[in-house]
Amino acid sequence: MDLNSRIPEGPLAEKWDKHRFEMKLVNPANKRKFHVIVVGSGLAGASASATLSELGYNVSCFCFQDTPRRAHSIAAQGGINAAKNYRNDGDSVQRLFYDTVKGGDFRAREANVYRLAQVSVNIIDQCVAQGVPFAREYGGLLANRSFGGAQVSRTFYARGQTGQQLLLGAYQALEKEIARGGVRMYNRHEMLDVVVIDGVARGIVTRDMVTGKVQSHVADAVVLGTGGYGNVYFLSTNAMGCNVTATYRAYKKGAAFANPCFTQIHPTCIPQSGDHQSKLTLMSESLRNDGRVWVPKKKEDCGKKPGDIAEEDRDYYLERKYPSFGNLSPRDIASRAAKEVCDEGRGVGPGGRGVYLDFADAINRLGESAIRERYGNLFEMYARITDENPYKVPMRIYPAVHYTMGGLWVDYNLMSTIPGLHVIGEANFSDHGANRLGASALMQGLADGYFVLPYTVGNYLASAKLAKVTADHPEFKAAVDKVQAMTDKLLSIKGTRTVDSIHRELGNIMWEKCGMARNEKGLKEALELIPKLRDEFWNNVNVPGSGAELNQSLEKAGRVADFLDFAELMVTDALHREESCGGHFREEYQEEGEAKRNDEKFAYAAAWEYAGEGKAPILNKEPLVFDNVHLSTRSYK
Amino acid sequence: MSAGGLNLTLHVWRQSGPNKAGKIVDYPATNISPEMSFLEMLDTVNEGLITSGQDPIAFDHDCREGICGSCGVMINGAAHGPMKQTTACQLHMRTFKNGDEIWIEPWRAGAFPVIKDLVVDRGAFDRIIQAGGFISAPTGSPQDANSLPISKLDADDAMDAAACIGCGACVAACPNASASLFTAAKITHLGRLPQGQPERYRRALAMVTQMDIEGFGGCTLFGECQEACPKGISIDTIVQMNRDYIVAAASEREEKVEMGAG
Amino acid sequence: MGRLGKFWDSSVGKKIVMGATGVILVGFLIIHMAGNLQLFLGAERFNAYSKLLKHDIIELTWIVRLTLLVSVVLHAVAAYQLTMRNKAARPEPYAKRVPQVSTYASQTMRYGGVYLLLFIVYHIGHFTTGTFHPAFSESGTFGNVLIGFSTWPIALFYLGAMGFLSLHLYHGIWAAFRTLGLARPSGDPLKRQIALVLAIVVAGGFSLVPLAVKLGLVH
Repeated sequence: MDLNSRIPEGPLAEKWDKHRFEMKLVNPANKRKFHVIVVGSGLAGASASATLSELGYNVSCFCFQDTPRRAHSIAAQGGINAAKNYRNDGDSVQRLFYDTVKGGDFRAREANVYRLAQVSVNIIDQCVAQGVPFAREYGGLLANRSFGGAQVSRTFYARGQTGQQLLLGAYQALEKEIARGGVRMYNRHEMLDVVVIDGVARGIVTRDMVTGKVQSHVADAVVLGTGGYGNVYFLSTNAMGCNVTATYRAYKKGAAFANPCFTQIHPTCIPQSGDHQSKLTLMSESLRNDGRVWVPKKKEDCGKKPGDIAEEDRDYYLERKYPSFGNLSPRDIASRAAKEVCDEGRGVGPGGRGVYLDFADAINRLGESAIRERYGNLFEMYARITDENPYKVPMRIYPAVHYTMGGLWVDYNLMSTIPGLHVIGEANFSDHGANRLGASALMQGLADGYFVLPYTVGNYLASAKLAKVTADHPEFKAAVDKVQAMTDKLLSIKGTRTVDSIHRELGNIMWEKCGMARNEKGLKEALELIPKLRDEFWNNVNVPGSGAELNQSLEKAGRVADFLDFAELMVTDALHREESCGGHFREEYQEEGEAKRNDEKFAYAAAWEYAGEGKAPILNKEPLVFDNVHLSTRSYK
Repeated sequence: MSAGGLNLTLHVWRQSGPNKAGKIVDYPATNISPEMSFLEMLDTVNEGLITSGQDPIAFDHDCREGICGSCGVMINGAAHGPMKQTTACQLHMRTFKNGDEIWIEPWRAGAFPVIKDLVVDRGAFDRIIQAGGFISAPTGSPQDANSLPISKLDADDAMDAAACIGCGACVAACPNASASLFTAAKITHLGRLPQGQPERYRRALAMVTQMDIEGFGGCTLFGECQEACPKGISIDTIVQMNRDYIVAAASEREEKVEMGAG
Repeated sequence: MGRLGKFWDSSVGKKIVMGATGVILVGFLIIHMAGNLQLFLGAERFNAYSKLLKHDIIELTWIVRLTLLVSVVLHAVAAYQLTMRNKAARPEPYAKRVPQVSTYASQTMRYGGVYLLLFIVYHIGHFTTGTFHPAFSESGTFGNVLIGFSTWPIALFYLGAMGFLSLHLYHGIWAAFRTLGLARPSGDPLKRQIALVLAIVVAGGFSLVPLAVKLGLVH
């Protein structure tokens, strides 16, 4: 497999400018003749669709929700990073680049990350021009805050709804282009296959979720902005509909899947309250700016009311272990520390799976109204879900699956190993390495969609010599037949298990064996359990209804079927990576409780290649070369 | 959870497809944990329905954090149920008592046709946005973000209005099935910002026109929309919409067709 | 369609027409009510006031009458058309819908409006043209009032109208300021003290006349 990353020559800071100049342009009069399909309408997909259409391309955009504005980017709370250095606190493109590479535990590609930091400043300008109501100071200038893992204030925010506001900005740009006729929008359409003809991506097959109609869509280039696969764990902070189907089916068509085991566990989520739970709710980690994390020093105190535990009996473990970053330690570290104290039996709340996030000090220091102004909506959300008043009693939090750094492998042009198939946003693997910093997901989604992909797709279209194809091509027919056959199969099993019950079981396996901490034994067990569960699914699942109507069970079944396959790939990757880095913590590889990276053996992106039904996937390696940063042990002590 | 579970009777609107006849069907919901969200309660009922060979109740939902705007049903005659500023996914079953009867119906409006059971088509909202709910700022290199200072009060007002999640509760709760609050929120969000000024009046005119074309009712200022809005958007935005509409109607001019320069 | 046509066709435009005509009508009602209270100053004063309007400034009176006629017609036609649109906007009703904050006043605007329209027709025939009056005298307006309210059914019909008027004003005045885009943003936009005071003063002021006559306070 060709894993040429196509990083431009030259000094790091000049690569993107140089590349932009060298890329071929499409003649303006010819742009409308090119049809580009964008799957997904989140930050990446919506911004890419709108921008491509503004450039003159003929765009079709697909989403499975009822309108593009529902994509899960909307749920991001905290903010978006940009190296604006408005605060004069020493920020720069170089520093954002360095923080991101280091935060990712040196498992990201330098050139991509540098470009991300460069365009981050344009994103803020673009969003303000669109009317995104970022928080402002009384002087009328933009406000900033610091965010988990950063020592400068570079995060821009719109209350606790930054993702919503950025997405609405992109959505409005998209709707503007739909009205102008540049984009055709397909709501309630799920992509079920990529069609590859002569080795090049030439379209997709979708199912209309209202009528059940399976359709072919021919294009000159296909872009996937279909998000992450956190729902493989069943319980995660992802929306219920988030899935791996688009990327996994592209993988089966020849796109390499890189670093699937890199998942991010977010430290500040509301703990699970019972077995009925369908998803977990994240609380912005901006809360850690003012909240102090602690558990009782003694196990016996765990049942007590938090107010009855004396100050000297509390263990502010993040401040103790990481004095320089304290409560603002990066996500992977904060999450693992919470798991550790709970494993020691010092967790609080139901099942002992929780730690306190205490605002008492901040309320004493700043007053309740200041805290209300900063976090009011988060406190309300917490109170609604838990029925507890966080102004009076400390919040209880616990880590939950939140983001997946792994994704389809892409080169510098965001193109996968299938020519013509581009992957943007969380769906690709490129920028966050083994761990993502807070407020960087929004940055990456918009960087890809507004400022990177529109150039690189043009370059691809200008250089590719594409033969004319139609939906009558045998490859399209074969893909449609395959999709139809799978639907028929799922509907015909009529066993005794619901889709959710199998998904929940899969989630348990993944959380226990391939969650916050992993070891060889557990991973090998998972490799035995997953195929058994998959057999159970294909022999005993019960999908009611028909394929010719809105059938939410059928939709879920298709997604769970892919999760069952994908889980195995994830575990395989976790097992092969015999080191600890970022979100991937192998218990065998640690030093005094801290992750121990192995740069000699594992300074590469693991790009897995599909080898066929029932065959072990093939490992390809893209070596990661660090010319501009010094590979150091990540320390936040 | 065994102890403390709620036993409820649901009266749910069932409709097999668009333009099909539907009816209210009763279902027991037994042993419901008070910690469940309303949608998790529906999940539980659906698991039972599937297991007993029946068609589960279809309802829209996605983020389950109260921000995506997918979910939304009438619960006991109130949009998103009895709790203020709370979407159905954030409503918890502790709000109900053992033995309660719960009426669950889809949003009702001619402009929101039912697709199945509790799922409706809210595409009309997208078309209202398409009419003018945006600032035309194509991707490129706009001026530096801080070169345009915006008073904090204006930014805050814009944010209040921009918090709309497009769920449709305002339409559902309005006795006239009016989309005024939705439309006004976007007009206010963009109209309150300096970036939104060049298109301000054009936007108001176009969005109001589209709102009528979609077949929503008019605003009678019952105030039900504000009460139902999970994001607490104020009917003050409707005042703003009307003001902009008056100015727009009074100052509307023919758009000039310029001859090309070749 | 011309600019005015588009304005009239839009739901917001129609509401603005209703708000603007409503403001005109409320302005008239306040003056009318104040004029009526001169009844308590005696027959001579009241008949003189009547003569002023019907003879001395009759041209001005006609301008006002025409303005009011146009206002009432526009107000009623817009209300009717909007009501039809609003009904059409929800073809399938809810099995259960519980109003959360709608006031009784807002819910009764339509019925009250119809009642008031009938009332206006009757009232003009009763006291202006005398068509429905048993003993109408061109110059004896004071006497017309005493006789006009001498029977309970008519007095009650008037008082009923004033009841609806107070509800109509309580919602309508508050709503008009919002519809016309004149209200300032407020923390609690549903509060409406000015509308409450005006509703009580106007409807109460009018009601004093039939009440006083029936209770024998005016001879």
